[in-house]
Amino acid sequence: MGYTVAEKILLAHSDVDHVEPGQVVMIRCDVVLANDVTGPVAFRQMEKMGTDEVFDRSKIVMVADHFAPAKDERSAILIKRLKEWSLEHDVVFYDQGRGGIEHNLIIQEGWVVPGSLIIGGDSHTCTHGAIGAFSSGVGSTDIAHCLVFGEFWEAVPGTIQVTVKGEKSPFVTGKDVILAVIGQIGAGGGTDNVLEFVGPGVQSLSIDERMAVSNLAVESGSETGIFPADEKTAAFLDGRTDKSWKAVHSDSDASYSRTLEVDFDRLEPLVAKPHNPENVVPVSEIVGTPIHQVVVGNCSNGTMTDLRQAAQMVKGKRVHERTRMVVVPATQKIYREALAEGLIDILVEAGAAISTPTCGPCFGGHTGALAPGENSLATTNRNFKGRAGSPEASVYLGNAFVAGATAVAGEIVNPAEVAP
Amino acid sequence: MTVNGKAVVVPGTNIDTDVLYPGIYLNIDDPELMKPYLFDGLDPSLRDQLMGDTVLVTGENFGMGSSREHVPLAMKAWGVRCVIGSSFARIFYRNCVNLALPAITCPAAAEAAEPGSQISVDVAAGKVSVDGREFVATPVPPFMLEMFERGGLIPWAQHKLARA
Repeated sequence: MGYTVAEKILLAHSDVDHVEPGQVVMIRCDVVLANDVTGPVAFRQMEKMGTDEVFDRSKIVMVADHFAPAKDERSAILIKRLKEWSLEHDVVFYDQGRGGIEHNLIIQEGWVVPGSLIIGGDSHTCTHGAIGAFSSGVGSTDIAHCLVFGEFWEAVPGTIQVTVKGEKSPFVTGKDVILAVIGQIGAGGGTDNVLEFVGPGVQSLSIDERMAVSNLAVESGSETGIFPADEKTAAFLDGRTDKSWKAVHSDSDASYSRTLEVDFDRLEPLVAKPHNPENVVPVSEIVGTPIHQVVVGNCSNGTMTDLRQAAQMVKGKRVHERTRMVVVPATQKIYREALAEGLIDILVEAGAAISTPTCGPCFGGHTGALAPGENSLATTNRNFKGRAGSPEASVYLGNAFVAGATAVAGEIVNPAEVAP
Repeated sequence: MTVNGKAVVVPGTNIDTDVLYPGIYLNIDDPELMKPYLFDGLDPSLRDQLMGDTVLVTGENFGMGSSREHVPLAMKAWGVRCVIGSSFARIFYRNCVNLALPAITCPAAAEAAEPGSQISVDVAAGKVSVDGREFVATPVPPFMLEMFERGGLIPWAQHKLARA
């Protein structure tokens, strides 16, 4: 019997000659990633292991993004620790102003290629499935083990195959594909599995949109969400990386734990209601909900594609007087591109506040927290109770068209209804 | 291995790690200093029940969301010896395995337990006793059992380094 793309990548990074779901195997990593929150905890665990030696300095990347720029003294100490550790071990460190949000950043910088194995001390490490990699988010003790040995234990997951078909309507994006999946299977429906995205509809998703899809795989409980590499992946990687790679696809007789379908012909922009990403409804069902803050950004939707979509909806208009708009380009490079393209000017003219790349507003760390009674419409990935500030605030998740249109209206609107 | 403790029940399904340990306190890397913030976004009064050896009782998909190991680190620092639940999210479960905090899937025991119940768990045999009532848990795979028994990933790594 054949293998799925996930099984093939795991097999190629192991010392076994067969894998099947449930089996526990040791898996080698091509990139080990951590940030200012998970890195310092991992360094403590590494000290307890009794070693200061890393397995391969060329495969380790540290990024200051969660509390950067440091919101207080404690955060500054963690970022300092991350930087000093990186210098001591001679590994790549992206500081504020030089990088951005870790996942978008390392894809942008060519660290990720199809068939590779990315392990990260951050649950949204699943984002790298967009490039056809197997990527997995883990905790800090796992990261410590990976820093020392370059491998981690893995219970081989099953695969849920998602076939995307039909023709995408205007204002429908990759975000809606993954919200549709989470709505179908629920927040725990993908546990012990990965998602694999195939079908004719995948062609209409750009790499930026695929990143949004893969990024939210974890919100269904799935370990990751993989797009087997195609021409779009190859074009994206051209000139971006010097790593050699080969596309990995599932065998035709591979075995799946479940198959799902997302049909663009029947898909309108979706919104996940508070306080769980599985509470998915068509945007038309909740138009009129007053919104006090709109956030465009984070590792799911802070790309050039998202900034263009948001800017298109606010161009020449003003953000509603009830509403604050915060825009967070995911990386320094995206920030500059958005400046050069005039997007930042459009957004600022409309009344948006632009933030330097950071995870802050998404996880309630800093920059854009919510007061009791406030509603937020965010392009981020989690709307858990209290995550973005007050437990008495509510977060709705949607795509960047919905976010831009909602900022102008001051209430949730269907972008298709308000577009010029 | 057998663990014993008094039940502290964390009600609800899909309890995420954000409510278990809010993001604003992620700028702490010392487990002892994480203790005051466990359960802070869910019900801070749950901390008042954490006295001595504790078995946490949880619902479906417990620990979903963020990978923050602060959650099981703070639990261990409080004296939580075992978590018994209907089902666990992947990263939370991994973190428990790596820290040798047995996470046992046993919906019937989780249903039967009340705050203060005396719980005893034979991890290898997959037996859970709640106030004297016996339940059969989902078997723990051999690798995870070895991790629970050997003290988790740190001693496991020390052993590997000693052999190298």
